[in-house]
Amino acid sequence: MASIVVENLTKKYGDQKAVDDISFEVKPGEVVGFLGPNGAGKSTTMRMITCYMAPTHGSIQVEGMMSDKDPEEIKKKIGYLPETNPLYSDMAIIDYLKFCAEIQGVEAGLVNSRIRDMVDKCGLSFERHKKINELSKGYRQRVGLAQAMIHDPDVLILDEPTSGLDPNQIVEIRKLIKELGKEKTVILSSHILSEVEATCDRILIINRGKIVADGTSDTLRQQAQGQELISIKIDAENDKAKKALLGLASVEKVNEDENKPDFFLVQSKPDLSSRKDIFDLCVKNKWYLLEMTSIETKLEDVFREVTN
Amino acid sequence: MKKIWIITKRELSSYFDSLIAYVMIILFLGMSGFFTWLFGNTVFLINQASLQVFFGISYWTLFFFIPAITMRSLAEESRSGTIELLSTKAVSDWDIVLGKFLSNLILVAIALACTIPYYITVSMLGNVDHGATIGGYFGLLLMSSMYISIGIFSSSMTNNQIVAFLMALFIGIFFQILFDVMASNFTGTLGGIFDFLSARSHFESISRGVVDSRDILYYLTFIFGGLVLSETMLSKRNWKH
Repeated sequence: MASIVVENLTKKYGDQKAVDDISFEVKPGEVVGFLGPNGAGKSTTMRMITCYMAPTHGSIQVEGMMSDKDPEEIKKKIGYLPETNPLYSDMAIIDYLKFCAEIQGVEAGLVNSRIRDMVDKCGLSFERHKKINELSKGYRQRVGLAQAMIHDPDVLILDEPTSGLDPNQIVEIRKLIKELGKEKTVILSSHILSEVEATCDRILIINRGKIVADGTSDTLRQQAQGQELISIKIDAENDKAKKALLGLASVEKVNEDENKPDFFLVQSKPDLSSRKDIFDLCVKNKWYLLEMTSIETKLEDVFREVTN
Repeated sequence: MKKIWIITKRELSSYFDSLIAYVMIILFLGMSGFFTWLFGNTVFLINQASLQVFFGISYWTLFFFIPAITMRSLAEESRSGTIELLSTKAVSDWDIVLGKFLSNLILVAIALACTIPYYITVSMLGNVDHGATIGGYFGLLLMSSMYISIGIFSSSMTNNQIVAFLMALFIGIFFQILFDVMASNFTGTLGGIFDFLSARSHFESISRGVVDSRDILYYLTFIFGGLVLSETMLSKRNWKH
């Protein structure tokens, strides 16, 4: 059974549709990344899943419970890190985590051990006696993560979890999310593509309130690419080589690379690979094949293509 | 119920951590003590072993202090965004509103408890009307609850603490004086309505030791009304426009 089921979700702010008829499912133990430009509706979707606000239309089901019927039970199952990471800044870290644990219904006997766990896991040991307003942004972000996970929720919803962290911390947090993703359902949002690619099993690209792409990073890339594209350099006269290449059965298009002299960009016909044919061609004509690289579509290109 | 208490505890500790509680208690004791014992129509001047003077003063000091402690309750949460954090925890909007209400009430109750030495002192001076004294404290608590409820409502309407403070005073001043003034300007049914709306007459009868169900009902109505409105404002984000 799916951990989160979202059906025909719509949220209007006045006349503006922030989220427009979104439907998707998340399986238990899946790490899903919401990707999209600013104002695409990522945070609004998350706010509805976490029962912060009710949708205009549509339904949300989390762990088998409907958001309009049992919001409090759902909230118990969810750990949420909001985008702005708001914290009660006049509280000490430990007091704050204690408050979060108690209010999320962690058993009294377990509260202290949970706090210790979170302090260790999120790397807060050295700072644990400080007040939250004495912390740097990165440490505040760690406290935000700690409060989200303190009650050991089945579902984690993290809105831009790595914003404000330094590169080392980003790597650590990504590792932590991957680890958590083994047993928990995680939804995270980001506009950093490499981050989503590195941490998520599945990517949902959201633009103007709609899902415009859904799949693993590999499938998304393939979808966008469609046909194989390779860059080659042959030690032969350019015109001759081009003609011969075009004569190959598997090749559709040959262009001279504008950026690199003497390089050709060869596009294969759909579902065919021209690499072997090119090699054979060179052998036959006794040309030296100096270079051959396949050009991968980057996730950046996919993103640009679907959000423009 | 447990959730409400957890929220109340956090609010109270933030009042005491941030000095708000101490400032409020010391100012309240200072003001009420000064006018009860030292200046103006003091206990000594009226020549009665009675705390009526103190209740009259507290009626006004609390009127000004309560908006000052309630103004941050919800306004600060929505300004800093912590309301999103709190309402995505396993609590309902009612838990939040009641937690805030209770924490403010407890703070006022602590301030009032600090004046019990006044009572002991006066009772050593002569025969105190114990019923009237208990009634007076009870009346102050009811009146405080009403203004706390109004204050939380004001705080739920804005994310600016100063606006919340002024709005609470503005709403409060109707109950505190304006309805009383209007009641004396009108006769007949209208006058009766204004007289019923004015907090003063209800407070005075309770603080004389006369506990009438109508007076209690009056306070409960406004306490409840303020809390319902606060909850409505808080759950406004769920409206499906």
